[in-house]
Amino acid sequence: MAAKKLNIKDKYRLLTRDLDWEYSYADRKEAFPYEDFEGIKITDWSKWEDPFRLTMDAYWKYQAEKEKKLYAIFDAFAQNNAHLNVSDPRYINAIKIFLTGVSPLEYQAYQGFAHTGRQFGGVGARVACQMQSLDELRHVQTQIHAMSHFNKFFDGFQEYSHMHDRVWYLSVPKSFFNDARTAGPFEFMIAIGFSFEYVLTNLLFVPFMSGAAHNGDMATVTFGFSAQSDEARHMTLGLEVIKFLLEQHEDNVEIVQKWIDKWFWRGSRLLTIVAMMMDYMLPNKVMSWKEAWEVYFEEAGGALFKDLARYGIRMPKYSDIIEKEKEHISHQAWWTFYTHGHAAGFHTWIPTDEELDWLSEKYPETFDKYYRPRWELAKEMEAKGERFYTKGLPQLCTTCQIPMLFTEMDDPTQTSYRDTVYNGDRYHFCSDGCKDIFEDEPEKFVQSWLPVHQIFQGNCGGPDVGDILSDFYHMNVGVDNMDMKGSPDELRWKQWKGVA
Amino acid sequence: MAVKAITPDYKGEVLDKVENFGGNQVVYVGWDHHLMFCAPFAYPLPPEMTFEALRTQVMPETFSLHPEFEQIDWDNVSWMLDGNPFTPQADVALKDQGIGHKSVLRFSTPDLNGYQGAGV
Ligand SMILES: [Fe+2]
Ligand SMILES: [Fe+2]
Ligand SMILES: [Zn+2]
Repeated sequence: MAAKKLNIKDKYRLLTRDLDWEYSYADRKEAFPYEDFEGIKITDWSKWEDPFRLTMDAYWKYQAEKEKKLYAIFDAFAQNNAHLNVSDPRYINAIKIFLTGVSPLEYQAYQGFAHTGRQFGGVGARVACQMQSLDELRHVQTQIHAMSHFNKFFDGFQEYSHMHDRVWYLSVPKSFFNDARTAGPFEFMIAIGFSFEYVLTNLLFVPFMSGAAHNGDMATVTFGFSAQSDEARHMTLGLEVIKFLLEQHEDNVEIVQKWIDKWFWRGSRLLTIVAMMMDYMLPNKVMSWKEAWEVYFEEAGGALFKDLARYGIRMPKYSDIIEKEKEHISHQAWWTFYTHGHAAGFHTWIPTDEELDWLSEKYPETFDKYYRPRWELAKEMEAKGERFYTKGLPQLCTTCQIPMLFTEMDDPTQTSYRDTVYNGDRYHFCSDGCKDIFEDEPEKFVQSWLPVHQIFQGNCGGPDVGDILSDFYHMNVGVDNMDMKGSPDELRWKQWKGVA
Repeated sequence: MAVKAITPDYKGEVLDKVENFGGNQVVYVGWDHHLMFCAPFAYPLPPEMTFEALRTQVMPETFSLHPEFEQIDWDNVSWMLDGNPFTPQADVALKDQGIGHKSVLRFSTPDLNGYQGAGV
């Protein structure tokens, strides 16, 4: 008979590694069919070091405690009408992007980790992935709950899930995760578990969450804190995965390097939207995107890659380009949304004079030279009563699906064009990084669902842009979109605050 | 290998093949060093359309918001087609002068440097 109370070590063994069994009549290869096709060689799963010694029962207990505290704060936030405490109603638009663009990725992460949590041959890795899968499901749920309060008072939140699957700019985050989830389980882990969780989510969760705090949004901050301990586990898992693969077989090094190159490039493209949120959408500033990038990517990521050098891993390809782009991408992205403000599910605006000066100070090399003139032009047009909304539809990059807004780093006012011909068709890219990814797996990326082309093909209703926005995207046209100035959001805010 | 897939000889469906555009082809047009428009424009156009029609009927709809557009001296504009120098023929159909599905046309205006001379 077993002892009544197991010691931690035995309990851990019984509730993780001992959940596996030997296959007596079935072929193990058939049970784990996804393990070989990527070319990764695993010689011994038992060498897997469990990144966190957590059993399911402890997991539930621990998460339930956190949940209790979190929901108490959400309740207090709602009861106190705490949406009135945010710095400025413009801030809420960053949260609209978060709910439509980021929260559905948590759901995709849940799906992805559930898949790896089934498909890895090693039980330790399976259990760790299953826990992360549950964390990610918790993240999407708690984010929806945190932001549901804003949905009662502001426009643009109501159709976040529908929008994620259809809206032009949301195809960027959606296709990023679709790419990872349709890869094999090992690439998924390097893409999301390592590249994204270990290096890039810090940029979303740390500086952006302090931005939420600085702007009086205690609901989002509390969610951020509650997710933080989960994120710490996710980072540990990401690091364990990469070390495990690199130690298992030397042939894995080249494959892993290729995935690092791909996913750091894709990740830095995806974070363009976070760059814009930090530099343009937080009325109370915390730090510039450039500063955040230097701390969380260049310093923290640099140290990590130094550590991985002993396995033969080098810095991600195009790190030199990425380093230069930190001076540009937030400005290029906000200009894109400002000029497409009629087709966005949130409000856009010209930065205030103080904000323009802050940008000049934070970006002394680039802002006044390249970007301030755009805002001067926008102001001039607005003053004439001709607020600038661009006409027509933009060319998109086939890989990252972002409009071709990036420029040559040695000639920053020139659009960066790249293309390749595959099976008689021409494909376009914003960068060498995106082009390499396509050329490595063209049969995957010929399937890119590019929103502009889908509109041209008649697959999104229309052809009137207004009809596409309302009928296909479910935007409340004239309410959710257009400039912040004169928006129903702004009018309500003024009424609540008693200003004319 | 054109993709790493668990299915042998996996082939993806080409979503943007020209047949899917209802008789049109997609043509992209960008104005070098003019970033008032954040990205080149994409237009669905009949392949039989002449270059003249593209330049005088299609392009102005999107480009004419730029304060310099009116000042362009079209005789002094240089063009690139899919990365190579190109001399357009006004009365010839797009498809008969190499402007195909998903071709990129770029034009540059050496005397016009954008709003405030800043490439905007
Ligand atoms: Fe998450
Ligand atoms: Fe995570
Ligand atoms: Zn791209």
